[in-house]
Amino acid sequence: MINSTITESFDVIVLGGGPAGLTAGIYLGRAKLKTLIINEGSIGGQMVLTHAIANYPGAKVDISGRDLSLDMKAQAKEFGCKLESNVEVTGIDLDGELKLIEIDDDEVFSAKTIIIATGGTPRPMGVNGETKFKGSGVSYCATCDGDFFTDKEIIVVGGGNSALEEAVSLTQFASKVTVIHQFDHFQATEHAIKVAQENDKISFIMESEIQEVLGDQILTGVELMNMKTEERSIVSTDGIFVFIGYIANTASLPKSLILNNRNEIKADEAMATNIEGVFVAGDVREKRYRQITTAVADGTIAALSAIAFLQN
Amino acid sequence: MLQTNLKHVTSEEDFNQIIENNEQVMICCGRMGPMCLPVYDIMEGLEEKYENVAFYDMEFDAHFAHVIRNHPMSAGFMGLPFTYYFKNGKAVEASSSIQSKKQVKEMLDKHFS
Repeated sequence: MINSTITESFDVIVLGGGPAGLTAGIYLGRAKLKTLIINEGSIGGQMVLTHAIANYPGAKVDISGRDLSLDMKAQAKEFGCKLESNVEVTGIDLDGELKLIEIDDDEVFSAKTIIIATGGTPRPMGVNGETKFKGSGVSYCATCDGDFFTDKEIIVVGGGNSALEEAVSLTQFASKVTVIHQFDHFQATEHAIKVAQENDKISFIMESEIQEVLGDQILTGVELMNMKTEERSIVSTDGIFVFIGYIANTASLPKSLILNNRNEIKADEAMATNIEGVFVAGDVREKRYRQITTAVADGTIAALSAIAFLQN
Repeated sequence: MLQTNLKHVTSEEDFNQIIENNEQVMICCGRMGPMCLPVYDIMEGLEEKYENVAFYDMEFDAHFAHVIRNHPMSAGFMGLPFTYYFKNGKAVEASSSIQSKKQVKEMLDKHFS
């Protein structure tokens, strides 16, 4: 329950400062609406996780995610958006006509309209030992941590494009890469599968899932279970890279929002949620394709819908 | 040199002076990578609130960064960035890989006044 007095009122508050949230901010600011963008992490969201973006229309070739984020942020600020970054959202009340957002247990902001663009987070395996060895054997970023595993044997978990492409990229460093996937087929493109299968350093364990990450002081291996036979086995390894998709950041949102069975927010074509005056944009929304371009499109639509809502 | 708004550690001598001359120091040693950038941003955001703490970054691939890379507390670290907390010239805590603002604040509040 948010009790504090309101620090400042806005026309629209955007929760999230990734490409969806920043694009919404650009459109809202241009429409002269008083807009606040609140971001719990770094500006840019998952976009900053990309070293080089080759497929963003019109952008210079291989612009970094960081630079594209900073350009979008500058544009949003130029149009008058206020930004609160690296804050903790400690309260959200969407029930009344006036929506309330509390940050850092301290300041409370109000708005008639909210756009939720809180994005996603790399999905953890959720098994024993994973958290213990995060940063000391378990990684979610091949480009960041690959060189720590030079001449070592590693496991890559996942069967999509990211997993297979990163498995190939990790062969630059590791002496052996074992891809572990829970199904009997991959979800990647034929090209990505072919490139991985043709790499001598990569082997595959299909229809298996990691049950536990093993090791006392250092990571030594994993316990695997075959999904078909339920047979368990131990595979020794020096490190594990996890690429099994993303989870929508909806855990701290009010229960009154309707989510699907993957905890993504359901919305109509106008990005409207089941709560009047609350719109959604980007990876947190129920949708099939998650790209910077689709986040930008969502942000645009959500902003235009919010503008129309306020005009009515 | 890392492209952040933090103060940079520029040499081993500089590093020694920083931890000697400041009672409370946080140093994030990394690259301009996706796991490191959020930690620099968090530190920039906390500089004003924690005015008794000196916040610095250090380039992981600089030759003098061996003071962090080879520090005993870095044993087993296999994820960037390496984040260190120094009090009265001694390392009191270190973490490997990305940290949330909450985790950083917990460390600052645990060790520093």
